Amino acid sequence: MNNKLLGKSLIIFSFLSVVLIISALVFMLLEIYLGGRSFLTWEFLTQPPKEGMTAGGIFPAIVGTVLLVIIMSVACIPIGTITAIYLNEYSNKKSVFTRMIRFAVNTLSGVPSIVFGLFGLGFFIQFVGSGMDKIFTPDGELNWGQPNILWASMTMAFLTIPIVIVSVEEALKAVPDDLRAGSLALGATKWQTIRKVVVPNSLSGILTGSILAIGRGAGEVAPILFTGAAYFLPHLPSELTDQFMNLGYHIYVMTTQSTNVEATRGIQYATAFVLLLCTFSLSFTAIVIRYRFRKKLTS
Amino acid sequence: MTEKEIAQKNSLRRKFRLSEFFAEYVIKSVAFLSFAMIILIFVFVFKETLPIFSPQQETKSNQEFLQSETYGEEPGSTSPEQQISEYSSLLSVKRDIADLDNLTGKEWQPVGEVPKYGLLPIIMGSLKVTLIAVFIGAPLAILAAIFSALFAPKKIKELIKPAVELLASFPSVVVGFFALVTLATFLQDMFGWTFRLNSFVGGLAMALAVIPIIYTVTEDAITAVPKYMKEASFALGANKWQTALFVILPAATPGVFAALLLGFGRAFGETMIVLMATGNAPLSSLNPFEPVRTLSATIGAEMAEVVFGDTHYTVLFLIGSLLFIVTFLINAIAEFYVRAKLMKRFRGE
Amino acid sequence: MKKIILLLVIAALSFGFQSDNKVITVKGSDTMVILAQRWAEKYMQTHPEVTIQITGGGSGVGIAALINGSTDIAKASRPMKPSEREKLKQRYNSLGVEVKTAKDGLSIYVNDKNSVRELSIQQIKDIYTGKITNWKSLGGRDTKIIIYGRENSSGTYVYFKDNVLGGEDFTSKMQSMPGTSAVVNAVVKDVNSIGFGGAAFAKGITMVAVKKDANSKAFEPTEENIKNGNYPITRFLYLYLKTKPTGEVKKFIDWILSSEGQSIVSKVGYFPIR
Repeated sequence: MNNKLLGKSLIIFSFLSVVLIISALVFMLLEIYLGGRSFLTWEFLTQPPKEGMTAGGIFPAIVGTVLLVIIMSVACIPIGTITAIYLNEYSNKKSVFTRMIRFAVNTLSGVPSIVFGLFGLGFFIQFVGSGMDKIFTPDGELNWGQPNILWASMTMAFLTIPIVIVSVEEALKAVPDDLRAGSLALGATKWQTIRKVVVPNSLSGILTGSILAIGRGAGEVAPILFTGAAYFLPHLPSELTDQFMNLGYHIYVMTTQSTNVEATRGIQYATAFVLLLCTFSLSFTAIVIRYRFRKKLTS
Repeated sequence: MTEKEIAQKNSLRRKFRLSEFFAEYVIKSVAFLSFAMIILIFVFVFKETLPIFSPQQETKSNQEFLQSETYGEEPGSTSPEQQISEYSSLLSVKRDIADLDNLTGKEWQPVGEVPKYGLLPIIMGSLKVTLIAVFIGAPLAILAAIFSALFAPKKIKELIKPAVELLASFPSVVVGFFALVTLATFLQDMFGWTFRLNSFVGGLAMALAVIPIIYTVTEDAITAVPKYMKEASFALGANKWQTALFVILPAATPGVFAALLLGFGRAFGETMIVLMATGNAPLSSLNPFEPVRTLSATIGAEMAEVVFGDTHYTVLFLIGSLLFIVTFLINAIAEFYVRAKLMKRFRGE
Repeated sequence: MKKIILLLVIAALSFGFQSDNKVITVKGSDTMVILAQRWAEKYMQTHPEVTIQITGGGSGVGIAALINGSTDIAKASRPMKPSEREKLKQRYNSLGVEVKTAKDGLSIYVNDKNSVRELSIQQIKDIYTGKITNWKSLGGRDTKIIIYGRENSSGTYVYFKDNVLGGEDFTSKMQSMPGTSAVVNAVVKDVNSIGFGGAAFAKGITMVAVKKDANSKAFEPTEENIKNGNYPITRFLYLYLKTKPTGEVKKFIDWILSSEGQSIVSKVGYFPIR
């Protein structure tokens, strides 16, 4: 009797939890959309901030975010993909080396984003950047040893590599062994098999991983707080040593540091909505690709 | 076949092998990068904290006199009280050492004549917010995972999973914004709290960030329970919820435990939400409705303006190392202990 | 796939062309970003031969950049610390050149509904060091005081600590906000709260009049009172250079100190120094 009640309530409460989570999601979305609705115009997307950041748009922040994820992708997608190929195709699953790498990947995905920020500051800026400056400009001029878009992107790449690895590995695992065996039987070497058979068959996984990584990179703020994001820049970044504006960082500074918080409330909401739209549509695309891919596999 | 042809064939074969060899090594070394990264992160975050462990001698102030210059001022234009602001107490820091005594103090006042780097209140703050987030988020996430893995019809299940993934793609700065602007005011109006921004608001917002990770890992753990256990339970006449409650859930417990650990780790290191929504006062109190300052928010708020290489700077890196070590340990436990236990259980022991 | 990525990289790298103009970089205090930006905009309209780049990051960041040589001018909302001057000396054998460009009144904010309209410096100090915890003892309602302030990394925090608290520590009950507008926002929402920050930020709240001691007259942070020094808590906004300015930099700074540059100061909400 009691057990039955327990069972019923388990079903009911678990259902309610789902409802609660989804309604929280929808509520946040609606609140942010309604708050920023009146500001969401074409001008808002294509104009720089004006009147001391109390009017105008967010164009430089959008450009900065896009540049950030592009430079980040150049580093994180190849490294992530190759690591996944190693883990799935070459490695001896039981060897210490493989387990070490697997553990490293898991750990990397759990490291707090702010620690990546510290790392970027300590490694890229203070060590690599300053080192480069010592070599290229011995007269003490500072070029690379300061926050800029390159170091911010590299820091972000470290953060997103595990996402690519996980996604690509899943796709690699789904490639049937028959295909590999067939290719090898025809006399192809292992590398040829991977290049011509395995990778083309897991392109969707690489794509999914890349999209998820880009979505994550576009939304994270903590790693770029002190590696390159700028409060306000009158110019778009034109070199790798320039700082940049960023959508997420823009939300943060506008809500806490703008000259008139109440007057810019709409801008804050609208910026948050634009950022949400980016990350949502990216992860939605990833979900759709993966769903189709899985369906293709099962059919 | 002429000798030349044979030689050609051999060289071709060697080339072939070389490219194989080359590919494998390149791939292997790129894979090694992930491992190198962890080491690099640890080394370079930890490196900056080293000055703390090697107490330096008091640097003798240089007696050589250099006049500081001003520009664009008429002489005598400054009034006496403006002079005061230039030679204020703070500009001469008397004792700026982060030894064990100072670090274990109860006060976090890193800017002052005698900077106090007491980590206790902010460690407490981090734990407080994290526990609140896990206490709110975990039941919801675990129940939701149970529902979608065991009870939900397939169509609905295919809706829940993407929804949670969308929640995961909510940037934390947007969650923080939402908590600061909407949630905090709403809750204060409702409950009449003295402090608008407090650890509960931060914890509640953070729950949104930990739900996806706890949900995903729990769901994986539940679906990983071997089918035969489920089928055996049904065969013995148990119904759906009996099977869920007495067979599947107990079997998935280590996985759920791992989910909780990972959720804890995520919340412990999360920065933007707590930076924006918890009030950032370094209080050592257990009251969940008072403001708190967390480890991660301290780094986020103070790092940008600190003098590089200063004691304050090294203490912030020490906090970073602390965050790294804690999350590293949590991951290690989740990885080795839980996985080993799961394997044992499913092999039938 | 690879080709697309490659193209994107090239596009990213060749994004825009650097002009041959003389570039002046100004880095530092976030408090002064808006002001510096307005200066730069106006100046570049009449001097198209120079490009002025404004970056924030904070006073400390700006001064560090000056020491490192990555900026021409550092803007700071606090005076340079001896340790920073020391570093500058080691590198350039100069203690730096200080230019006072504007004055800012540090206002004490309370909620519009609060009946307290006057505070003495001593009372403010007692509130922020935790000795006074109830509005009643200040003539207000019988409720707890909710204290808001700035993060310890900000110039405003340091200034307040030095000049109002006399170097004493803030109470740990104080909630630190990452920016002045966050303080303002918090005070707008909390009826029983108190906060501090630049006068330029004060929108939707009340700024209390401040008296030097219990017996003197209270002054509101108006332009008049701040300019003539009646309002007791004022500070300067600085620009720092490595050496005496020359060339284009000198022209720019002279222009900032001219009546045209100073008129922008009052437009942004600070107070001209002359």
